[in-house]
Amino acid sequence: MKRTGPILLGFVVGMLMLVQFFTPNPWIAARYNNVLDWKQVVFGVTLILGVLSLLLHHGRRIRRRVAGWSYSGVTVAGLIVMILAGAVFGKERGPYPWLFAYVQSPMQSTLFALLAFYVASASYRAFRARSLHAGLLLAAGVIVMLGRVPLGEMIGFTVAGRFYSLATLSDLVLTVPNLAAKRGIMIGVGLGMTATAIKIILGIERTYLGKGA
Amino acid sequence: MSDPAAAGWFQIERLPAAIATLLFAAVLFFFLRQARRGRPLFIRRIAGLEAVEEAVGRATEMGRPILYCAGLDPMEEVATVASINILGQVARKAGEYGTRLIMPNRDPIVMTVAQEVVRDAYAAVGRSDHYDSNDIYYTTQSQFGYAAAVCGVMLRERTATHFFIGHFYAEALVLAETGNSTGAIQIAGTDSDSQLPFFICACDYTLIGEELYAGSVYLSREPLLLGALKGQDAAKAVILAILVLGSLLGLFGVEAGRWLGGGGAP
Repeated sequence: MKRTGPILLGFVVGMLMLVQFFTPNPWIAARYNNVLDWKQVVFGVTLILGVLSLLLHHGRRIRRRVAGWSYSGVTVAGLIVMILAGAVFGKERGPYPWLFAYVQSPMQSTLFALLAFYVASASYRAFRARSLHAGLLLAAGVIVMLGRVPLGEMIGFTVAGRFYSLATLSDLVLTVPNLAAKRGIMIGVGLGMTATAIKIILGIERTYLGKGA
Repeated sequence: MSDPAAAGWFQIERLPAAIATLLFAAVLFFFLRQARRGRPLFIRRIAGLEAVEEAVGRATEMGRPILYCAGLDPMEEVATVASINILGQVARKAGEYGTRLIMPNRDPIVMTVAQEVVRDAYAAVGRSDHYDSNDIYYTTQSQFGYAAAVCGVMLRERTATHFFIGHFYAEALVLAETGNSTGAIQIAGTDSDSQLPFFICACDYTLIGEELYAGSVYLSREPLLLGALKGQDAAKAVILAILVLGSLLGLFGVEAGRWLGGGGAP
């Protein structure tokens, strides 16, 4: 039963999800909404488990004074301060929205802004023309990047009296080889998703259930 | 409440999707039967999955932990399920070698499932004593908060092997580049086409799209599951044939897209 129960449950819920996609029937739509509501309940319970695991993980680091334990102290302090701020003063005014707007949001924006530097360092490595593939990538990268700026409109070549700018070439690279490759990947992803879903619904794929499965 | 009969039982505009799903399921069943009968099935080599053993072995030799990220999506997304399936296989190898596996999570449901899967994987190889539930923990729902937490683990724990398997968003490059700067061996796998180029640039191996879904099957080599994988390949060949046929018909001015529920050529 320990093995059959979850597989049976997976089959019933999986089939319900599959059927609701194809039918407009309100009874089935209501059952679908029930499942979404249950998911919210499960999420709420596991969020408590999550916060407990966070406290246990960082609490142990603080107790053992492992390297960088002070960061764990900041994490735990941040968690407690935010909970207290929300519980005592409410979410709409007081320190809770202030901490959110002036501490959390700027920190997230800072990390997001770092992406520009990471893109530069990753591009530098990728565009080193050490092989034919890397050379092609470099050529495509140069065409697309120059084609996206006003200068790209002016650089180009003339064939049979017609001017082809880098902007035109850039569009060609993006809408033909690039899009074809992306669609190929998306077709594979779609099939992979469907196959995984069918395997789980039918109980063929059981790794996610653990060793007993 | 509206009348079910008036609403109908089937959305006719989704008929092509229903037919495609049924045909694909039929192809899968055919290959599953072939696998059940013991027919040998050839599966092409996937470098990223071949490297899993080497990556876990490297962390063991260096005496450093392995870092596993299952992406940002919740448990109901297929990419996350595929990632958890791969996690089971990675955890088995980590358990066999007695190597520590760290997994920070963005979703508490994914964390709970991952704890179960890793505990069972360690138990399956007789190394339950190496399992520590504190190593699979929740961080935050915030996208860049999660990225910062994972980067912190890479730098403080000096993890030797990184797995980024699942669905990622803008944080993908932050994670992969930080990992790259630490010199760790990195295996990524995602179905997010916009993040794939970043992983390819910054990681040693990348599972592209469908390879993510093949991961668990490839690593476990379970015959029945290999049958399903083969069915996937066959379905892809059918789609390729339809695309070629559609392109040829398009050249002759026949709008084949309309037959498949699309709008045809503009």
